[in-house]
Amino acid sequence: MRAGASSAYCRAGGNPIAGSPPSRGRAGGVISVAGVTLIADCAGALFWPDESLLVVADLHLEKGSAFAARGVLLPPYDTATTLARLAVLIECYAPRLVVALGDSFHDGGGPTRMSDISHAALKALQRGRDWLWIAGNHDPDPAENIGGRFAAELALGPLTFRHEPSVQPCDGEVAGHLHPQARIAHRGRAVSRRCFATDGKRMVMPALGAYSGGLNVRDRAFAALFGTAAFTAHMLSERRIYAVAASHCLAD
Amino acid sequence: MTVLERATILPEAFVRWFAGRGWRPRAHQLDLLTKAEAGRSVLLIAPTGGGKTLAGFLPSLVELSAHSLPRLRGRVGEGDRGSHGVQDLPPGELRSSSSPASGGGIKKLVSTGRGIRREGGLHTLYISPLKALAVDIARNLETPIAEMNLPIRIETRTGDTPTSKRQRQRRDPPEILLTTPEQLALLLASADAPYLFGSLKRVILDELHALVTSKRGDLLSLGLARLFRLAPALTSIGLSATVAEPGDLCRFMVPQRGGRPERADLIVAAGGAAPDVSMLNSVERVPWAGHSARYALGEVYQLIKAHRTALVFVNTRSQAEGIFQDLWHINDDNLAIALHHGSLDVAQRRKVEAAMTTGRLRAVVCTSSLDLGVDWGDVDLVINIGAPKGASRMLQRIGRANHRMDEPSKGVLVPANRFEVLECRAALDAIAENAQDTPAARVGALDVLAQHVLGRACGEPFWSDELYEEVRSAAPYATLTREDFDATVDFVATGGYALKAYERFARIRQGKDGRWRIANPWVAQRYRLNVGTIVEADMLKVRLVRSRASKVVPRGGRLLGEVEEYFVETMVPGDTFVFAGEILKYEAIVEDQVYVSRAAAEDPKVPAYEGGKFPLSTYLAERVRGIISHPQEWRSLPPQVREWLEIQEWRSQMPGRRELLVETFPRANKQYLICYPFEGRLAHQTLGMLLTRRLERARLKPLGFVANEYALAVWGLGDIVSRLHRGELSLAALFDEDMLGDDLEAWLAESALMKRTFRNCAIIAGLIERRFPGEEKSRRQVTISTDLVYDVLRSHQPDHLLLRAARADAATGLLDVRRLGDMLSRIKGRIVHKALDHVSPLAVPVMLEIGREAVYGEAADTLLAEAEQELVKEAMQ
Repeated sequence: MRAGASSAYCRAGGNPIAGSPPSRGRAGGVISVAGVTLIADCAGALFWPDESLLVVADLHLEKGSAFAARGVLLPPYDTATTLARLAVLIECYAPRLVVALGDSFHDGGGPTRMSDISHAALKALQRGRDWLWIAGNHDPDPAENIGGRFAAELALGPLTFRHEPSVQPCDGEVAGHLHPQARIAHRGRAVSRRCFATDGKRMVMPALGAYSGGLNVRDRAFAALFGTAAFTAHMLSERRIYAVAASHCLAD
Repeated sequence: MTVLERATILPEAFVRWFAGRGWRPRAHQLDLLTKAEAGRSVLLIAPTGGGKTLAGFLPSLVELSAHSLPRLRGRVGEGDRGSHGVQDLPPGELRSSSSPASGGGIKKLVSTGRGIRREGGLHTLYISPLKALAVDIARNLETPIAEMNLPIRIETRTGDTPTSKRQRQRRDPPEILLTTPEQLALLLASADAPYLFGSLKRVILDELHALVTSKRGDLLSLGLARLFRLAPALTSIGLSATVAEPGDLCRFMVPQRGGRPERADLIVAAGGAAPDVSMLNSVERVPWAGHSARYALGEVYQLIKAHRTALVFVNTRSQAEGIFQDLWHINDDNLAIALHHGSLDVAQRRKVEAAMTTGRLRAVVCTSSLDLGVDWGDVDLVINIGAPKGASRMLQRIGRANHRMDEPSKGVLVPANRFEVLECRAALDAIAENAQDTPAARVGALDVLAQHVLGRACGEPFWSDELYEEVRSAAPYATLTREDFDATVDFVATGGYALKAYERFARIRQGKDGRWRIANPWVAQRYRLNVGTIVEADMLKVRLVRSRASKVVPRGGRLLGEVEEYFVETMVPGDTFVFAGEILKYEAIVEDQVYVSRAAAEDPKVPAYEGGKFPLSTYLAERVRGIISHPQEWRSLPPQVREWLEIQEWRSQMPGRRELLVETFPRANKQYLICYPFEGRLAHQTLGMLLTRRLERARLKPLGFVANEYALAVWGLGDIVSRLHRGELSLAALFDEDMLGDDLEAWLAESALMKRTFRNCAIIAGLIERRFPGEEKSRRQVTISTDLVYDVLRSHQPDHLLLRAARADAATGLLDVRRLGDMLSRIKGRIVHKALDHVSPLAVPVMLEIGREAVYGEAADTLLAEAEQELVKEAMQ
């Protein structure tokens, strides 16, 4: 497993794996899931070059205003921040299809609370491409006025994209929902980062939302999915992605 | 006025009581009584053991006894005692306001309803920083009240007071209420505060020197400002240890009116006997570095043996643990030596305190958890191990020995390393001159103001103009601008965001009458849960279980105490550390519990469990610089330390009093740069962060740095010296003040310390809510990470109120930016460079810290890369 993890990983600045498309200046790594070669962007998105498909998970748009409605007045800038991250990714990969892997809005009222400016920004991102909103537990129902199409999940080739990872072993599943993050410690200092969690058969993607916190990969939820701790956390950093065996990561 | 004349102001009953105890009222007690009776607010500065507390309460006791005597007669006649649920009150507490029928015309309870005026109410409010102190004082006051048969009801109100009693206290307040700043804030945030406090005559502020130095002081000052508005007849009495600027405290105690500062009167009690303080003159070799003081423990043990009861103060919890362990190793006589620090379980602490009070202990190894107030019995020696950090602090600690004013307190300073010898020498000189170095008065924090504004709205609706005036009458907020005040109100209402998105979610709204009130009752409920300025680090409970051979999830186990979450975060199962006086092995974390087992190891793997670090005071730092720059003063130092300085002078040179000495030398293929600012570890760490950024830009490939209280060492691969010689790099530019501009900003963006500071501000200001024990697991998923909020807010609205509050904290708090700024401007044009062939004697202590407690740059990629490397190595095997 460990050897597999490092061979599946391609160092930024090193030689790209033969046949993989150029990453257009974006740093990231190459991860393969169920035999499909995917680019894991260091912002936390996944790009499938053969299908020109960009996948993002757990945007949690309008989370700030959802808290504000309950009296916790978080800064109202999270939606703008998350959309800006998306814009950078879309600009870079120019995907034909964008799949938002559920929990795209923090709650059902999100789309109506979203400002006109953010609505316009979203519309601009959708222009000239297909956009698919996968249903999440925070946003189970299709919403009006946010463009795109809606689906419970998407099956494409050997891969299935859905929000919540299924309980049964599931080859080729790409899911979100859990917001994986990993923590390592070295020389008395700890670092915690969002990460892609994968055993090569299935994958859980990190959350892209500006206010989306994380769940430690040592949580039971992940052991249940992967059967054991024999999976890899691909930890995000500014410039590249670091593959660390989950068994090397620390619990919270 | 002669003592005799002054004594006549004491009522007969009091004179008899004093005489009956074989006491005579002290001059400062009578002075205070005279001034208080004349309606003055007074600050009393007296050493420990000076009868300070009694002095503070005397005016109230005298007044209340005069008022209530007639009523006492009436009530006793009616024999209604006990009919109002007073069974829980100890004997000797006579109730005065208990019965409307027995009012006797003095005090009448008219109604308990909201908005209806009632007579009576609180007479005196006592506020202390510790709830234990409030409880202790209540107990002590019961004696004179009972013995003089005074009809005074005295009660405490703390976080532990049951709800039923709290409600009763509001309806039917005692004459004297003892409480904490947080409880005062809560009382003020209720609708009946005007009736509760309307008749208040006096507020007594105990341990004022300790209260005013923190955000709790800010909160208290705002509460005081409110009290002075509510109670027109209010005066204050402050009780304090000796401070550098008593004038600051005098200002704090009375409302400011703009213009010339208003001040309370000052009474300084005649000093007791001068303390008998010395430095341990060890026959052993004083080590170059480290904080264990192990070399001196044999001598410390002899000192303990030669005294009745000793307090052994140390600076950090890890030191307390280590020294406690080491003392027991050599405790051949089985002396009763105990351990006391803030992380130990409360039950365990109470046991030690009880044993202490009854004189069953010979020594207690303790941290600042025993710094304040409560009287722990017959201590005849205070030993301070490690750096004194501040002269005033040292005096207050030593004052804990011998609570009798006329006998000298005895203290022994034990330096743990050579630099600390210098610091101890400086502290001794300062103590001999009775020089004080308590911190300067605070400027009120905006996050605390935000909490207060919300509290005010939870009480009575307010007009902005009126509240602004009231807030400015609090000394820390005397210079608050209207702009900042309005920004704070805006923050409380809708978050204070430039993007006006939250009007409909406002927490407080302005009514048609122009007054601000809370938008709904939930707001008040939430305020009550989140009041206070003490934000605890997330703590985990430590439980002792048997080492597990199998992979069973541990359960149960004895509770040893609590540790900060971030400490455990850095450990891997199997790591050993010292806690609660034992070497423990880290087993697992389950929710908010850390499971540990007894370890067989002799040497713990993770040595540092810091907690309660104090920075070296600027004043002592200045004195230390003075000592080393004047060789004639070296005579007062132990010979081995003198020799160390002499060799430094010969090999390199001594840092001058005003200048900054920078040494460079190569060692093991790396280039080292050492500087000696003497500004404390926090400021040095910040300097280290900023300096490495600059060296990075200059392509000098810095690898790391380490700071101690006196010096900073930076090392890297680039050849700094030849770059300096060629004039491509100048030290003046490297140490230029402008590093506090962009470099600081860039670093703050990612600094974990800054994020922690921001989190504290966000909690105090009420942006996010506190986490409560037990809720941890369920809430963790929903709680918003303040780090994420910080990132987003910083990039969208860098001048937001909370970011300003966090920066203000960073200036004096964990980053000590202000002190660094003062230092950089002081050394401008005074940098002396010594290029050496190898390490200098003065550099040895800081060099020894490398690897022990190295602080690396905040960029974490190195760590990630190394973790990955390990994996690769394993995979290739």
